[in-house]
Amino acid sequence: MWAIELPPFVPFFIAAALALATRGMLRNIIMLAAPVLGGLHLLGVPEGIHLQMSFLGYELVPYRVDKLSLIFGYAFHIAAFIAILYALHIKDTVQQLAGMLYAGSALGAVFAGDLLTLFVFWELLALTSVFLIWARRTTRSYFAGIRYLVIQVASGVVLLAGIIFHAADTGSFEFAEIGTDTLAGWLILLAFGVKCAFPFMHNWLTDAYPEATPTGTVFLSAFTTKVAVYALARSYPGTELLVYVGATMACFPIFFAVIENDLRRVLAYSLINQVGFMVVGIGIGTALSINGAVSHAFNDIIFKGLLFMSMGAVLHMTGRINGSDLGGLYKTMPRTTIFCIIGAASISAFPLFSGFVSKSMVMSAAIEEGYDWIWLMLLFASAGVFHHAGIKIPYFAFFAHDSGIRVSDPPLNMQLAMFIAAALCVTIGAYPSILYGLLPYDTGYSPYDATHVLAQTQLLFFSALAFVWLNRKGLYPPELRSTNLDVEWVYRRLVPNALQIGFARMSVVAALNSALFAKLGSLSPALARQFSAKGMFASTHPVGAMVKTVTVLLAVYLVLSFI
Amino acid sequence: MKQTEKPDFFDKPENVSLMLKIFYGCCVMLVVLDLVIDRYTYHPLEKLWGFYPIYGFIGCVVLVIVAKWMRRFLMRDEDYYDIPEEKKLAQMQIEKESDHVGH
Repeated sequence: MWAIELPPFVPFFIAAALALATRGMLRNIIMLAAPVLGGLHLLGVPEGIHLQMSFLGYELVPYRVDKLSLIFGYAFHIAAFIAILYALHIKDTVQQLAGMLYAGSALGAVFAGDLLTLFVFWELLALTSVFLIWARRTTRSYFAGIRYLVIQVASGVVLLAGIIFHAADTGSFEFAEIGTDTLAGWLILLAFGVKCAFPFMHNWLTDAYPEATPTGTVFLSAFTTKVAVYALARSYPGTELLVYVGATMACFPIFFAVIENDLRRVLAYSLINQVGFMVVGIGIGTALSINGAVSHAFNDIIFKGLLFMSMGAVLHMTGRINGSDLGGLYKTMPRTTIFCIIGAASISAFPLFSGFVSKSMVMSAAIEEGYDWIWLMLLFASAGVFHHAGIKIPYFAFFAHDSGIRVSDPPLNMQLAMFIAAALCVTIGAYPSILYGLLPYDTGYSPYDATHVLAQTQLLFFSALAFVWLNRKGLYPPELRSTNLDVEWVYRRLVPNALQIGFARMSVVAALNSALFAKLGSLSPALARQFSAKGMFASTHPVGAMVKTVTVLLAVYLVLSFI
Repeated sequence: MKQTEKPDFFDKPENVSLMLKIFYGCCVMLVVLDLVIDRYTYHPLEKLWGFYPIYGFIGCVVLVIVAKWMRRFLMRDEDYYDIPEEKKLAQMQIEKESDHVGH
C-alpha cells in the first residue's frame, strides 16, 4: 500500500489549499477527487498505528486505525463526497474551503490515537464549520454563528482541562477508555456531551444549523455530532448514565419538532433524537448495542444528510423553509419529493430502509439488558420520529395545502447528490450485510425476521393513522409563524436582560453618589479642593516614593518591636 | 393557481379518499397478521394483543396533544429574538463607523 502513514485528513487539507488557487471546473474536479481518492486509499489501509511521535516525553499517535475508527472514516468520506457534490454549484470560495477543512478535521479527530491530537481537531471542527453558518450572511446567521463558536470553543477548553488532569493522573495521552471514576473523566465527558448535544447543552445545534446556508447544513449535519458519538464510543462504552441521557435525548426533541415551523429546525431536533439512540447504545455497552450505535451513526449521516439536502433544495429553489409558507411542491419538484420520502422512510426505520437495520439493534439490546423503561421510551421516540420527520417534513413541504409556489427540481449536481444518498439508504436497508461487515463486533444479528418486521410496521402504520385521524379531526397543530422558547432563552434573553437591569441599577447608584459628593463639596470647599484633580488625593507619586514610605514604615516597626 | 393548470392526482378528493381507504386496509391487515403470525417475544408487554399498534397510536396522539399544550407557554412571535439583534447590529455598525473617523 502506497503512503500508508498518510493520515486521511491530509488529502482534504491539500485539496482545500489547491481549491483556493483554482477556479471553475478544475476546482470542482480537485474538490471531488479528495474524498474519492482518500476513501479508496483508506480501503487499503490495515488496522494499526501508522504514525507516532514523541512530544515532551509523551507518546503522540496522530494516526491510529482500528475497526471503530474505520467505519466512521468510511462514513465521513461518503458524506464529504455527497456534500461536496451537492454544493458544487456554489461559487463562494469561503464555503467551499470551510466545507473541505471541516470534513478533514472530522477525519483527523476520528483517526487520532491520542487526546492532544483529538483536541486540535476538536477545535478545528468548530473554527472551520462556523464559516458555513456565517456564509448565509444574514443578521440571524451572524449572531447564531457567534453563539455556536462560543459554545464549541468552550467545549474544547473543557476538553483541554480534562486532558491535562487525565495526563497528570495516568501519565499518558492515550485516547482510549476513560470512564467516570476521576474528575478528568467527568470533564472530558462534559466536553463530549456539549458536542453530542446532551439535554440542556443541545441548543447550539437547533440554533445554528437552520441558520447555515442550504449546502452548509448538509456538511454540518454529518460531522460534529458524529465525531462526538465516536469519542463517546471510544472512551465511555458501558457508562450507565449515558443510557438515561440518551433516552432523554431521544424523547424530548420530538415535542419541539411537532410545533416547530422552520422545517430545517425540525430536522435539527430530529438529529438530536437520532443521536439519542446512539448514546443509549453506547451506554448499554454490549457488543450488540455498540454495533447498533455505530451503524446507526453511519446510516444517520446518510439519511439525515438526504433530508437536509431535500429541504436545502426547497430553500434554494423557493427561498422559503417555513412549513406555513410551503405546500404542494410535489407537482413541480417530483424528484426532490421522492428523495425526501426515501430519507423520511429511512429515518423512520421502515423495513427495507437503512434506519431499520441499525435502530433495531439498539432496541433489542435495551430489552436484552433489562432496560424496560428505556425500551418503552425508545419505542415512543421511534413512533415520534416517524410522526415529525417521516410525515411532517414531506407532508408540509410537498403536499398539504397548495402554496401556489411553482419551482422546478434543483440543479443537476444537487439531484445527483440526493440520488446517491437515497440509493445508499435503500441498498443498506435491503442488504444490511454490507454494513454489518464493517462493524466493530461480530454478533450474527439479523433484523429481518417476522417479529421485528411486523412489530415495526405496526408501530409505524398506527403512528401514521394517528396523524391522519388528528389531521381530519382538525386537532393537529397548524404550522404557525412563531419562535418556540428552548434552553437558549436563558442565554439569549434571561441573562442579557438581567445584566442590563443590573447595570441600569448600578448607574443609578453612581448618579446618587456623585450628587452626594457635590453636596459635600459645597459644605467644605477647602476639603473638596483636596479631592479635586489638583488636590492632594489625586496626585501621583513615583515608585521610589513608595519604596521610601515602606522603608520608613519598616523602620518604625523595627523600633516599635524593641520597645 | 393558474386556471390552465390541470388538477393533479392529490387535488381530486376521490383519489385522496381512495388512498386513505387503502391505508386503512393496510392497518386492519397488520392487526390481523398479529393473530396469524406466531412470533417470539422478548418482553411480556409484547404478548399483549395489539401492543405495538395501540402503543404507536396512543403515543403519537399524546405527543401531539402535549406539544400543542407546550405552545401555550413556549410560543412567541417569529421575530422575538430578531428585534434586539437587529438593534445590536445597527449599534455595532455605528460604533465601527465612528472608529473609522478616528479619535
